[in-house]
Amino acid sequence: MAINTHPSLFEFDYVQPATLAEACEFLASHAVEARPFLGGTDVFVRMRDGFLTPQFLVDVKKLKGLDDIHFDPKAGLTLGAAVNMNRVIASPEVKAHYPLLAEACRSVASYPLRNRATIVGNICNASPAGDTIGACLTLGGILHIHGIHSPRQESLASFFLGPGKTILKLGDVVTAIHFPIPPKGSVGMYLKLGRNQLSDLSIVGVTALGHPDSNCKSGYRFRLALASVAPVPLVPTEAEAYLANHSITPESVSEAARLSADACSPIDDVRGSARYRKLMARNLSAKALSEVWKKLN
Amino acid sequence: MAFHKINVTINNELDQLIVPSNMTLMHMLRESLALTGTKNGCSAGECGACTVLLNGEPVNSCMVLAVECDGAKIVTVEGLAGKKQLDPIQEAIVQEGGVQCGFCTPGILISSHALLKRNPNPSEDEIREALVGNLCRCTGYVRIIESVKVAARMQSVTD
Repeated sequence: MAINTHPSLFEFDYVQPATLAEACEFLASHAVEARPFLGGTDVFVRMRDGFLTPQFLVDVKKLKGLDDIHFDPKAGLTLGAAVNMNRVIASPEVKAHYPLLAEACRSVASYPLRNRATIVGNICNASPAGDTIGACLTLGGILHIHGIHSPRQESLASFFLGPGKTILKLGDVVTAIHFPIPPKGSVGMYLKLGRNQLSDLSIVGVTALGHPDSNCKSGYRFRLALASVAPVPLVPTEAEAYLANHSITPESVSEAARLSADACSPIDDVRGSARYRKLMARNLSAKALSEVWKKLN
Repeated sequence: MAFHKINVTINNELDQLIVPSNMTLMHMLRESLALTGTKNGCSAGECGACTVLLNGEPVNSCMVLAVECDGAKIVTVEGLAGKKQLDPIQEAIVQEGGVQCGFCTPGILISSHALLKRNPNPSEDEIREALVGNLCRCTGYVRIIESVKVAARMQSVTD
């Protein structure tokens, strides 16, 4: 495959629709040759590497309302698709109610890149390595999607179909992601194993969120999400169920970590082997769960 | 391929340019405007050599399309100094010997300048975190980080 080392990109047409409806119509009528983009931090890299060759790039970040952060103490937080990660990190509402989201954003690349990168872009890119996806999954994220006919909402939990593949249909634009208010006493953590301490993509990433829950036998509910260990961002439901039904002890945490690693189906790649990933998925799951458990008490 | 007419303020001068869709901001700065202080390193948003200010915030100019800059304000390393006075981070990096080959320096200057604007008195950890996207293969970073600390002190004296 040809690698383009030229500072510009392959030829394409930049399209800036005036309205959301116009954007959806354009995307729907240019099926395979058009692609929406926000910060471009993934799209441009993949275009340079020859993996993407869109004829049209449709810039949706300047559309009305897509740059808004809206917080309601009852309904929760809605982040417009074009809100960049540095704005998420700096938001007082995110700091106060969704610190896990800020932590996940801070683990992405560098400050200049985060001025362009967005959570919704990270999600739509549908990479199993997406650093912010674990936080969005454990926080119960709901995507607001504008299609050619009408707007709709989809749970993030059922959004991913495979690497780069999602349930989005022709002409769909994700306009925002919404998070309900996290359950009282929630504690979250994102552990990212990279080749260096900061800025690299993850070899394995583990997000854990825990909170007291009287509906669970153990008295606590834990949510887990794993990055870079399966074709899609992975929620190890058996591990979650195990912790809901067994008292939280070092042994049950260790068993949940084993179940979490068992759910993984990693691949060998430039960042690490499948075997290593599986081992680290277990270790990091145990570590994340123990740390969250410590903070809950 | 489509061309677009854009109005963009670069280093305090308003310019009108016609740019193709696929031209990056970095390419426009270097090739159309001969502002070659902005360097082309990785073209993938990893090395930070092409960092410029876009509406006051640092971005990797290899990851921004020129056409997206219609109506924007850009500051490159050429625009960092005042008419007769270097920016404190420029003074400091000269004084502290924070430059070796110099290729990463424009990006380091822009990222550090932006850091000191949003956080006039950063800790060493905060400096390191702010510069994580600016790779330097010569210095080992020690003198660069010292330079940012010295610039912070210079700024607090002049303020």
